[in-house]
Amino acid sequence: MKLRSWIVSLLLGLLLWSGFMGSSSANPPVVDSPRLTIAASPSPNQSAAVLHVLNRLSFGARPGDVDRVTQMGIETYIQSQLSPSTIALDPNLTQQLSQLETLNMSPPELVRNYQPPQVGRGKLSQEAMRAARQKSRRVMQQALEAKLMRSVSSPRQLEEVMADFWYNHFNVFGGKGLTRVWTGAYEQQAIRPYALGRFRELLGATSRHPAMLFYLDNWQNTAPNSKGARGRFKGLNENYARELMELHTLGVNGGYTQQDVIALAKIFTGWGLQRAKGKQAGMQNGFYFDADRHDFSDKVFLGKTIKGSGMAEGEQALDMLARSPITARRISYQLAQYFVADRPPQTLVDKLSQQFQATDGDIRAVLNTLVHSAEFRDPKFYNAKFKTPYQYVISAMRATGVDATAMTSGKNLLALYGMLKQWGMAPYGCISPDGYKNTQEAWLNPDALLRRITFATALANGRFNQGNPVDTAQLTRTLGNNFSDRTKEVLNSSPAALQASLILGSPELMRR
Amino acid sequence: MNRRKFLYQAGLVSAGTIAALGTHGWVARTPAANGRNRLIVVFLRGAVDGLNVVVPYKDEAYYEARPTIAIPRPGESGGALDLTGGFGLHPALASLVPLWQQKSLAFVHACGSQDVSRSHFEAQDRMESGTGTRVAADGWMNRLLGLLPNHTPTHAVNLGESIPKSLMGKVSVANLPLGRVANAAVAIDRPQISAAFDRLYGGTDALSKAYQEGRQAREKLLADLNAEMMEASKGAPSPVNFASDTKKLARLMVRDPGIQLGFLALGGWDTHVNEGGSRGQLSNRLKPLGEGLATLAQELGPVYKDTAIVVMSEFGRTVKENGNGGTDHGHGNALWVMGGAVKGGQVYGQWNGLTESQLHEGRDLAVLTDYRDPIASLLQRHMGLSKAQLSKVFPGFTPQSNLALV
Repeated sequence: MKLRSWIVSLLLGLLLWSGFMGSSSANPPVVDSPRLTIAASPSPNQSAAVLHVLNRLSFGARPGDVDRVTQMGIETYIQSQLSPSTIALDPNLTQQLSQLETLNMSPPELVRNYQPPQVGRGKLSQEAMRAARQKSRRVMQQALEAKLMRSVSSPRQLEEVMADFWYNHFNVFGGKGLTRVWTGAYEQQAIRPYALGRFRELLGATSRHPAMLFYLDNWQNTAPNSKGARGRFKGLNENYARELMELHTLGVNGGYTQQDVIALAKIFTGWGLQRAKGKQAGMQNGFYFDADRHDFSDKVFLGKTIKGSGMAEGEQALDMLARSPITARRISYQLAQYFVADRPPQTLVDKLSQQFQATDGDIRAVLNTLVHSAEFRDPKFYNAKFKTPYQYVISAMRATGVDATAMTSGKNLLALYGMLKQWGMAPYGCISPDGYKNTQEAWLNPDALLRRITFATALANGRFNQGNPVDTAQLTRTLGNNFSDRTKEVLNSSPAALQASLILGSPELMRR
Repeated sequence: MNRRKFLYQAGLVSAGTIAALGTHGWVARTPAANGRNRLIVVFLRGAVDGLNVVVPYKDEAYYEARPTIAIPRPGESGGALDLTGGFGLHPALASLVPLWQQKSLAFVHACGSQDVSRSHFEAQDRMESGTGTRVAADGWMNRLLGLLPNHTPTHAVNLGESIPKSLMGKVSVANLPLGRVANAAVAIDRPQISAAFDRLYGGTDALSKAYQEGRQAREKLLADLNAEMMEASKGAPSPVNFASDTKKLARLMVRDPGIQLGFLALGGWDTHVNEGGSRGQLSNRLKPLGEGLATLAQELGPVYKDTAIVVMSEFGRTVKENGNGGTDHGHGNALWVMGGAVKGGQVYGQWNGLTESQLHEGRDLAVLTDYRDPIASLLQRHMGLSKAQLSKVFPGFTPQSNLALV
C-alpha cells in the first residue's frame, strides 16, 4: 500500500520522461553548422591507456579528465584514487550533500522521525497517513539523490565505484518494510567507509547493520527454547546465515553443508534490532544483541567447535569466513570480473587471491595488484566490459559535463530513477540478495540498446542541461577522441546536429 | 506422492469420482514443440483477492469471515454469477460469462506458489522465475521461448514499460509500451537518426546484432500498429484502457504468426483498505479486466482456438476481512485459464473448504495445486513440450496433477 503513491509519482515521472522524449526529438536545427570532423588522435596508444584506466577506475571520463590524467601520469592517478582521503572534496557536491539531512541519521533516528505508522492502527486520519508516507519517502529520495550526485561528480571516483560494487555484493533491497528508511544509512554507515579497507571489517559492519538484519530476517532469528522466544521470535531463521555463506563469502560451492547453515543460524540467534521502547542500550546504529534469544550451546561450524559464549561466536564465525581461501578466491573472481572481463583470466584471479590472503583481506592492496597486473593492462581487454544500465547512464552524464546538482533535483531525479527502473536496475532496487550482475549476458538485449539510444539522443539535445545541447567538440575531446574507424566514418558523414547523439549512443560508449 | 487427476465436482472430492480425462495426457500431441500455438500471460500484480473473484458461496465460513465484503449468493442482489459446484463469479466479471458458457474459460482454485513470504516483490520474483523458492536469473517464459522453434525478433512481445522477470533471459524479447505512448515516435524511428545508427551498429558483433534485432522488432510492431490505426481511424479515438491494450496485442498476434508469447501486467489489486464487495474498489478494477479479457478473446478471432491465456497473481488474500474493510496478504489464489482449446466450464483443483484447520497458518487459503501444474499442462498439451523440455522451463519441478486443461 505504501508503495502505491510512490509508484504513482514514478509513473508521473515516466510520463514526463516519455513525454519529453517525444518533444525532444522534434526538429533539429535546420542550419547546417560546420560539421565536426574527427581526425585521428595524435598518440592513440597513450590516449587509449588513459581512457582505459578512467573507464575502469571511475564511472567514466568527465571533461578535462583525460588531460589531467595524462599530465599527472597514470600511476599517480591510480595511487590517488586508491587513497581517497588524499583527494580534495568537491565543495559544491559537499554543500549539496549537506542539505540532505537524512543521510547522516542513525537507523533509530530514522525510524523515530520518518517511519510512517502501520496501516490501520487507527490513530491517524487518512490525510495524516498520507502526509506521513510522503515524509518517509523523503529518506529514499535523499539516498537516491546522494548516490547519483556522488557517482556523477565526486572526485573520489574509485571510492564510489567500490561503494557500488560492495553494495551489490552485500545487497539490501530498499523496498522491504523498514529498509525503505534504512537503505541510505546502510550504504553510508556499513559500506562506504569500508569500501577500500579490510574485508573483515566490511563484513562485520554489514552483519551488524539493522538494514541487513531486517532484510534477511535475522532480527527474528531466535533459539526456539530460549527465554525470549515468543510471538514472531519463535525459532531459527536461516535466511541470513545461508546468504552470509552463499553470497557474502564462500559461495554456493564453498563446501559448506546444511548442517553448517543451521549451526551458523544458531550462532547468529539474537543478532537483531534495538526495540523502540526498552531499556536495552543498543549500539548507536540500532543493532542489539539479545542474549535472551541466543542459543548458547556449543556448535560445530565448518568442522570447528565454536564454544557457546554469546555474541563473540558470531565474530568468530565471521573471522573464519573472511579468512577462508575459498572466500579469497571468490571475492578475487568477482573483482576480476568487475574490473577486467566477464570471464576473467584464471592467472589474474590466482594473483588477486594470493594477495587477498597475504594481506588478510586488504581491499586496497588487492586492487593495487589488480590495476598493475598484466591482465588489467592488456589492450585486448580494453572496452571489453558491456556497461550496466547504471554505468552507462552515469558515464553518459559525466561525459557531457552536466552539473551534477542540476541533474539530480526534482523531476530530473524522478525521470532518471524511473528510467533506471524501466531498464531493470533501479538503485537499491534489486529484490534478491545476490545483487545486480555486471556482465554482458545480463544486460545486453535489443530492447535495452534501443532504450539507451533514445536516452542518448535526449541527453545530447540538452534534456538534463536546461535544453542546451551538448557541445560536440568538447564531448569528443572528453572521450579522448578514441573512436573506431567505423564510428569515425559515420560521425564525419553525419549532420552536425546528430553527432553528439551518435557519440553518446555509440558502441564505444556502451562499453568500458 | 499421488499423481492424481484433480477435478472438483458438486462438493465431492474423491479419487473415485475423478473423471478419466487426460490420463494419457503425457503423450504429447505433437512430436516437437509447437511453432504455431500462442500463450498469453496476464499478471495481476498486487495479489488479487481470488476468494472474491471465484466465490465459494456454498461455504458458510466464507460469509462468517467476511461480514461486509463477501459477495452474496447467486440470485441475491449483487450476487455472484453461478459457475459450478458451489462457486460463483464476481458480478463485475459478467463480460466473461459467455466464455464460461462456451466452455473456454476455467479456474484452478487453491492454487499458487510455494513462496510464503507474503511479500509482493519476493513472491512475484519467485513466481516469474518459476524455480520454486529460489530465484533464477531468468524467467520461465524466456526459457520456454528458447525451446520454441523459429525464433524471430517478435517471437515474444511484452506490452508494458519494462520487460518482466518472466520474460528475462538469454532469448531476445520485443517490448511495446502501453497506451498512446506505444505509437509515439522516439528518436530511433526518425529516418535520419536511424540511418546513422544503423551504420554505427552495422557490424556482426554482439552489440550490432542486438541493435539490428531491436530495430527489426520495433519496425515490425510499429508497421503492424500503424496498419491497425489506419483501419480504425474512421471511428472516435479509442479509450486508453486495458481493453485497448489487449486489442492491440490481439491484432498484432493475428497479423504476425511469429508472435507466440505475449505478456501483460495489471496492477492495483492490493486491497488492504475498503475492498468493497459486489461494488467498490475491487469491483471497479475487475470490470475493465474482464472486459479486456473478453476483448482479447474476441479480437484474436480465428487465432483464439490456438491461444491459451493464463491470468495469475503472486498470492491471494486473507480469508477474513480486516478492520479496514479490506483483506491482507494471503497465500492460495485462483488461477484463470482461457482459450479456444481449453476445456473450460470447470473449476479445477482441490477444495477443502475454509474452516480454520484447513487454512494455511490458520488465516489463508492453502495452496493445494502448484501454479506450475496447470501451466505445465498447457506447455505440454498446447505448446507441445516434451517432459524433458518441461523440466528446462521449470527445473526441479515435477507436475503433481495431470490437469488436462487442453
